[in-house]
Amino acid sequence: MRFPLALIGVATALTAATLGIAADTHTVGLRRISPDQYRQIIVDVFGSDIKIGGRFDPDSRDNGLLALGAAKVSVTQTGLEQYDGMARTVAAQVAARRELVPCKPATEKAADDACAAKFLGHVGRLLYRRPITDNELKAQVGAANAAATQLKNFYSGVELSLAAMLSSPQFLYRREIAEPDPDHSGQYRLDAYSKASKLSFLFWNAAPDVTLLAAAESGYLNTQKGYARQVDRMLASPRLEAGVRAFFSDMFAFDDFGMLAKDAKIYPQFSVEVNADAAEETLRTVVDLLITRRGDYRDIFTTKKTFLTPDLASVYAVPLPRTNLANGEPDAWVPFEYPAADPRAGILMQVSFVALHSHAGRSSPTIRGKALREIILCQKVPDPPGNVNFTVVQDTSNPVYKTARERLNAHATEAMCTGCHKITDPLGLALENLDGAGGFRTHENGAPLDTSGAMDGVKFTNGAELGQVVHDSPATTGCIVNRLTSYALGNPASSVDAEWLKTLQQNFAKDGFRIPNLLRRIALSDEFSRVTLTKTAAADSMKGSPK
Amino acid sequence: MNTNMNRRRALRGMLNGVAVTVGVPFLDCFLNTNGTALASGAELPVAFGTWVQGLGFNPGFWEPKVVGKGYTNNVQFEMLNPFKDKINIFSGMKVFLDARSAMPHSTGYQVCAMGDIPTPAGSPPSLDSIVADTIGTRTRFRSIEVSCDGGVGSWSRRSATAINASEPSPVALYKRIFGPEFKDPNNASFEPDPQDMARRSVLSFVTEQRQDLVGDLGASDKARMDEYFTALRGLEQQLDLQLQKPSPMPSCTVPGNAEEAKVGADINDALANGKLHAQLLAHALACGQTRVFNVAFSGSGGGALIRIPGSTQNFHQWTHEEGIDPKLGYQPNCTWLMGKCLEGFAGMLAALDSVREGDHTLLDRIVMYYFTDNGYARLHTLDNMPLMTAGLANGRIKGGYHISATGDPVTRVGLTVMQALGVPISNWGTYSNDTSKIVTDIVA
Repeated sequence: MRFPLALIGVATALTAATLGIAADTHTVGLRRISPDQYRQIIVDVFGSDIKIGGRFDPDSRDNGLLALGAAKVSVTQTGLEQYDGMARTVAAQVAARRELVPCKPATEKAADDACAAKFLGHVGRLLYRRPITDNELKAQVGAANAAATQLKNFYSGVELSLAAMLSSPQFLYRREIAEPDPDHSGQYRLDAYSKASKLSFLFWNAAPDVTLLAAAESGYLNTQKGYARQVDRMLASPRLEAGVRAFFSDMFAFDDFGMLAKDAKIYPQFSVEVNADAAEETLRTVVDLLITRRGDYRDIFTTKKTFLTPDLASVYAVPLPRTNLANGEPDAWVPFEYPAADPRAGILMQVSFVALHSHAGRSSPTIRGKALREIILCQKVPDPPGNVNFTVVQDTSNPVYKTARERLNAHATEAMCTGCHKITDPLGLALENLDGAGGFRTHENGAPLDTSGAMDGVKFTNGAELGQVVHDSPATTGCIVNRLTSYALGNPASSVDAEWLKTLQQNFAKDGFRIPNLLRRIALSDEFSRVTLTKTAAADSMKGSPK
Repeated sequence: MNTNMNRRRALRGMLNGVAVTVGVPFLDCFLNTNGTALASGAELPVAFGTWVQGLGFNPGFWEPKVVGKGYTNNVQFEMLNPFKDKINIFSGMKVFLDARSAMPHSTGYQVCAMGDIPTPAGSPPSLDSIVADTIGTRTRFRSIEVSCDGGVGSWSRRSATAINASEPSPVALYKRIFGPEFKDPNNASFEPDPQDMARRSVLSFVTEQRQDLVGDLGASDKARMDEYFTALRGLEQQLDLQLQKPSPMPSCTVPGNAEEAKVGADINDALANGKLHAQLLAHALACGQTRVFNVAFSGSGGGALIRIPGSTQNFHQWTHEEGIDPKLGYQPNCTWLMGKCLEGFAGMLAALDSVREGDHTLLDRIVMYYFTDNGYARLHTLDNMPLMTAGLANGRIKGGYHISATGDPVTRVGLTVMQALGVPISNWGTYSNDTSKIVTDIVA
């Protein structure tokens, strides 16, 4: 267990200026933290053995990323009820561990201003990701005292006050505040605490640690040297893995696994365990290649290396040495490399892609092709029109059309459909060696599968070769730069300076398409902390300010 | 004046930090002789629910042949015969696009629920949220959303950014409603929980920070923060109610623990979960825990993923892929699934109608609004949308009518229901879906 940060941090009660309500500072972003971020903050502040139960309001995807939807979602009453329940569960566990409260009340049976302030100041700074303001601390201590008096117990008081903090907007939303940029007259930049959070959630998918908060507090983070030092410290940390996992889980839409179900009669091997392991296989592949081995991003589409559990190996029908595990112990992950002659390679041929983008009872070249275009290449495929007769397409009992290719060819005779299917189907058909659950096959309904095709004029004969075409496509590297930039900045790539994006892409190539290098370049760019604030927006913002 | 401070002070003053036991005589009969009201004279509360079922029905097979009072159900609706006198069927109504593009399996739901096609920039509230603002402010839960297809989405929302998530698990729903925080309204004695009193005090400190947090926000972020504080106010009201002796509810009984059921889109699981949800909602309504509920039997997140175990296609795929049987005149598998889904609705009505309240049933003081995404899913049509109301809303709605209103917007039904429930609204919908014309035949 990591030592809880609450016991290390030093609370500093600042003025309301940190909330962005002082003259010429403006709130420019309000992003709801994700379920994973919530959980990570609880672990970091209170310890890894604190249990969190409950359901989070669903996130919303915007421009391909949940991270962008976070700037648009609100909290419903049902959602707040859930947050409140989770908060009380966490707070009760914290209050029960007296060692997490860094002081002793004069008596346990009554309120204690000083001790409550010390505890709530400590945790407030970490939970709010900035010093808790005087007003906030006063309110939290007031709440703790009121509850302690009512319940005749100091710890019950701080417990309920902490619970309120954990379901407060200050905790649930990352507030980004702009302040005048002293180096560029007339321009704005993120204030140091906002910058610290932005870095920390990007690199670690977590709130700033005490070192980063201290750098923000001292002003060191606002210096070029101090900022670069923090960027490099965070990039060198093992915690970078969590940040990279969070980004790819978002980009690859792995949240959809929560709703994925396969027909148990058709795909009996697709168990609950396989569903749980599928995304993990890809994330392990990605982390191993991109972080551990600091490899080329494009190689995730061609690599023969992966990690498997026995359940996944059973889906893929590959031999995997059994590990000796005690009863009840979860299956171990075993590194695995497909032989050179095996037709499988790359993450597009993993369960996390082929099963996630299939129907419950069959594969779908169209859905897979659409997913490849939209998720990996950032290309928009139009929605299907109405009034379409699909009957021929997927009639598996049709004696004439045994394979998906034959059925789709028949469908392509519908002129209104041909255009879009030409964009999607050839890519998906290349993956037909994997059935709707990820199992390998060479035939469908007794007919051999033809997995050949072309993507944007470049030919391939099977899924592995498609992976190579994707690897070589400039759209692939352009897409990852756009997605990672949007994710880091919290704004769609379309809102970003095109020249800067172009330069980033060129540098990405120069850096050997290495993700940590790209992350560093984004974080060190002016664009990362610069705020475009129009005069009107600033005026609007100030209008509502209770100065 | 700081009203929040006053509210807190009032609470403290009222309870003075001391647990209060309120002895209430348990009446032999809570109801008046007709069973339409509590013996005290207060009307039993009216309630509202929605039922969403994706992929509609077969044109020509669901609309009654006779228009007006006393219709005979067409073949696809025959299973609703036991409730015919409490159901109104609306045919011929349509969703107007007004040159806007449609998502084949979302737009129909949206206009039926919101009167509009939402854009990323904004969305009006759904009608259940509007109704909840009128009848749902004095219950523990302003509204309850459930799904039977395993999804967490819903068509219920306060805005584009505040969408009410569905609860797919009956076990979780049971814990939420009838867990330790449930106060039986028929208990003879009442003792406010000191923990609730303390929580209520603490929340008011959070509320007091609102101005600091909203002050410098731009319009859209301010709206989102306002939604947070609306939710917080709801939580405060929930606690306020927990601190008061609830009004006795004559038909309230506490269900046993909900059974574990597999959550998913398999039609058998959906029906099993639908039955459990229906029972829990009936108990929740009978116990006064909520007056507004939304059930997404299928289509909680758009396309209906309901499926027959062992089939390579789901319901949605069937609608597009299955041929019309020349002898039957319809798609056989689709039609079977439509019937199974309607069985879920009939089960919901049976659960509500089985709760006796004097001479009446729970269904008599409820009105449910049934809507779907397509008039004919096979072709993604948005006209001749199958719509229904079920229940009599405490006598405010008359049942047993088939209303044929060819070419009228679907919003007429929602507007009629809202007005019957006392919502001060004179027209509803946008563009050609905007209507001020209620269905007068069914208004008592």
